[in-house]
Amino acid sequence: MKVLVPVKRVIDYNVKVRVKADGSGVDLANVKMSMNPFDEIAVEEAIRLKEAGKAEEIVAVSVGVKQAQETLRTALAMGADRAILVVAADDVHTDIEPLAVAKILAKVVEAEQPGLVLCGKQAIDNDMNATGQMLSALLGWSQGTFASELSVDGDHATVTREVDGGLQTIKVKMPAIITVDLRLNEPRYASLPNIMKAKKKPLDEKTAADYGVDVAPRLEIVKTAEPAARAAGIMVGSVDELVQKLKDVGAI
Amino acid sequence: MSTHSPFDSATQSPVFFDESLRMLRDQIRRFVETEIKPHADAWEAEGATPRALLRKIGDLGFFGIRYPEALGGSDLDQRATVIWAEELGRSTYSGVAITALVHTDMASVHIYNAGNDAQRAEWIPRCISGEAISAVAVTEPGAGSDVKGIATRARRDGDHYILNGAKMFITNGVLADVYCVAAKTDPEARPSQSVTMFLVEKGTPGFTVSRALDKHGWRSSDTAELRFDNARIPAANILGREGGGFYEIMKNFQNERLVLGAMCMGECQAALELTVAYLRDRKAFGAPLWDKQAIRQRLAMLSARVESCRQFIYATAARAAAGEEVVREVSMIKALAGELVNEVMYDCVQFHGGMGFMRESTIERMARDARVQSIGGGATEVMLEEVAKRM
Ligand SMILES: Cc1cc2nc3c(=O)[nH]c(=O)nc-3n(C[C@H](O)[C@H](O)[C@H](O)COP(=O)(O)OP(=O)(O)OC[C@H]3O[C@@H](n4cnc5c(N)ncnc54)[C@H](O)[C@@H]3O)c2cc1C
Ligand SMILES: Cc1cc2nc3c(=O)[nH]c(=O)nc-3n(C[C@H](O)[C@H](O)[C@H](O)COP(=O)(O)OP(=O)(O)OC[C@H]3O[C@@H](n4cnc5c(N)ncnc54)[C@H](O)[C@@H]3O)c2cc1C
Repeated sequence: MKVLVPVKRVIDYNVKVRVKADGSGVDLANVKMSMNPFDEIAVEEAIRLKEAGKAEEIVAVSVGVKQAQETLRTALAMGADRAILVVAADDVHTDIEPLAVAKILAKVVEAEQPGLVLCGKQAIDNDMNATGQMLSALLGWSQGTFASELSVDGDHATVTREVDGGLQTIKVKMPAIITVDLRLNEPRYASLPNIMKAKKKPLDEKTAADYGVDVAPRLEIVKTAEPAARAAGIMVGSVDELVQKLKDVGAI
Repeated sequence: MSTHSPFDSATQSPVFFDESLRMLRDQIRRFVETEIKPHADAWEAEGATPRALLRKIGDLGFFGIRYPEALGGSDLDQRATVIWAEELGRSTYSGVAITALVHTDMASVHIYNAGNDAQRAEWIPRCISGEAISAVAVTEPGAGSDVKGIATRARRDGDHYILNGAKMFITNGVLADVYCVAAKTDPEARPSQSVTMFLVEKGTPGFTVSRALDKHGWRSSDTAELRFDNARIPAANILGREGGGFYEIMKNFQNERLVLGAMCMGECQAALELTVAYLRDRKAFGAPLWDKQAIRQRLAMLSARVESCRQFIYATAARAAAGEEVVREVSMIKALAGELVNEVMYDCVQFHGGMGFMRESTIERMARDARVQSIGGGATEVMLEEVAKRM
C-alpha cells in the first residue's frame, strides 16, 4: 500500500505571532516556519505503518510556496520516500484555502493511487480543520477524523476518534482519509544520517496549474487582531481574600 | 519561553546555513528542549551527564557530524559543528554541553586526526554511537597554558610504553572509556618534538582516576584528576608519530577554539532571551523594568556585540570549511567570546536583581558556567598572545 501524507508549512508553534500593522494577517517575514505539528504526527504514523509492513511507500505532498520544499525535506528526513511540491503561491503570506488544497490533493491521489491518505486534523496557523474532510467528499472515500489510534487491516481501518466526552471507535473501508489528532503518537527526530539521505530522495515540483486547479481565494479576511493582553495578576494573602476579590470583580 | 526568538534571524539565514544544516539545528534544538532541559537539574546535582543521554545523542548521529560516512558519520564541516556547539550552549546547562563537545570536538578528534586506520576503525564508530566516550588529557597540575611544560613521562619498554605522571582538570575524566593522553617521550628533544599522544583505555593497569573535582560551574560535567603509575600502554596505541604530539594538539586547538566560541554564543543568546523575558514581566516603579532605557540599551548593545561575534564565528567556520587558514581568527574568537559571555552574564544577573543571586534562577547557574570560558581551552591572555604574534 502507498500512503500519501499532505504536509503544510506553517509558522513555528513556538514563535510569538505578530499581526501585521494593516490587520491583513500575521507577519511571516523572517519568521521561523516549520511543519504543521499535526502533519508531523501523520508522517510518523505513516512511517510506523511502513515499519509494521503495512505500507510500502510514503509520499509526502505540500501545496503552497516554493519554500515548502524545506517542510517536505523534513518529512523525507523523518522517513518519507519521496515528495511532491505543488507550488501554488509566490508570496509567503498567501494561504491556499482548504478547498483548493483538497482539489489539488484529489488530483494527486488520482495520479498516485494511494491506499490511504493520512493528514493532520488541522493546520495550527488558521485552524480550518477542513482539508481532509473536503478531500474525502471530493474523492467519495470514507473518512476517519481526529484519530488517536489507528490500525489498518486489509480492506478496512479501525480508527479511535477523540470526540467530546470520550472516545469513539469506528471501522472505515479502505481506501480512506484519516486525519490525525495530537495523541496518536510522538513524532521521531530526524537523525543526522537521515537528514543527509533526505537530500538525495526525489522531490518533484509541480504547480497548481499542472493540475488545472484554480487556487484563487473564495474567502475574504476582514480583519486579523491580536488576542486581548492578559491583565496583570495580584498576589492574595489568604483564601478569604481570594474569595472577596472574586466577588469584587463579579466572578462569583 | 519561546524557542525561536528575534535572536535567531542569523541562525536561520541561508547565507550561512543550507537547508540540511538548518534542519540539523532544528533537530538539535528540539532534542535540547525535550531530552536535556527538563532533566538536567538532576544531573547538575549528580555531577555528571548520564550515559543514557549520550547514547540517545549517538542514536541521532550528532556525534558523527565530522566523521566520514564509512565510519558511521555524516561528513559535515565546521559550520555544522558550530550549530552543534551553539545549540548545546543554548541549553543553559553548559555542563551537559561540554560533556558532549569534549567528546566530539576535543577528544575523539585526536583519534580520528592522528590515528591510523586500525585505531580509527576500532574507536570512531563506537564514539559516534556513544557506546565509547572519550576524554583528552593534556593539562597537568604543573602545566596548563604552557603545553610544552608537561611532565608526564612515557618510557619505551619493548613493545610497550610506561607512563608516569598526573593529569588535571580532565573533562569526562571519570566516565570516559578512552583517553587521548599527552606525555613526553623524549625530554631531551626540542620541546615541540618531545610530546607524543597515546590512546589509553579505561582499566589499563597503573592508570587510575585520583579524584573527581568539585567545580564552581559545569556541574553536570565530570572533571577529574588522573594518575599514571607505571601504566603499561601498548606501543600500537601511539596516536600519530612519536614526538608529533605537540603539533597534533596545536592543530586540534583550531577546531576547539571555534567550538568554545560557538558554545559561548549559544550561552549568550539564551541568557539574553531569558533576561529580556524576565524584564518584560518584572514591574518596578510603575512599569515593566524593560521600559527603563538604562537597562534595555545596555542589553541592546550586548546583543549587538553578541551578534557581531557570532557572525564572525559563522564567517570563520565557512572559511575554515573552505580550507582557509584561520588561526588568527579562531584565537580572536576564543578571546572575544570567552570575555563577552562573562560580560553578558554579569549584566543579566544584575538585571535579575536579587533573583539573579539565587540558586533557583537559571541565570545564576549560567553565570557560574560561563566563568570558565575565559580560562579553559586557552585562557584569554594566551589567545591574545596568539593574535598579537600575527599582528
Ligand atoms: C572545567 C575545566 C575543564 C577542563 N578540561 C580539560 C580537559 O578535558 N583536558 C585538558 O587537557 N585540560 C582541561 N582543562 C584545562 C584547561 O585547558 C586549563 O585550565 C587552561 O589551559 C589553563 O591552564 P591552567 O589552569 O594550568 O592555568 P595556568 O596556565 O596556570 O594560567 C593561569 C592564568 O594565568 C594567565 N596566563 C597564563 N599564561 C599567560 C601568558 N602567557 N600571558 C599572560 N597571562 C597568562 C591566564 O589568565 C591563566 O588563566 C580544563 C579546565 C577546566 C577549568
Ligand atoms: C542575598 C540577599 C539578601 C537580601 N537581604 C534582604 C533583607 O534582609 N531584607 C530586605 O528587605 N531585602 C533583602 N534583599 C533584597 C535586596 O535589597 C533586593 O534584591 C534589591 O533591592 C533589588 O531588588 P529586586 O531584587 O527586587 O530587584 P528589582 O527591583 O526587580 O530590580 C532588578 C534590577 O533592575 C535594575 N533596576 C531596578 N530599578 C531600576 C531603575 N529605576 N533604573 C534602572 N535599572 C533599574 C537593577 O539592575 C536591579 O538589580 C536581599 C537580597 C539578596 C540577594
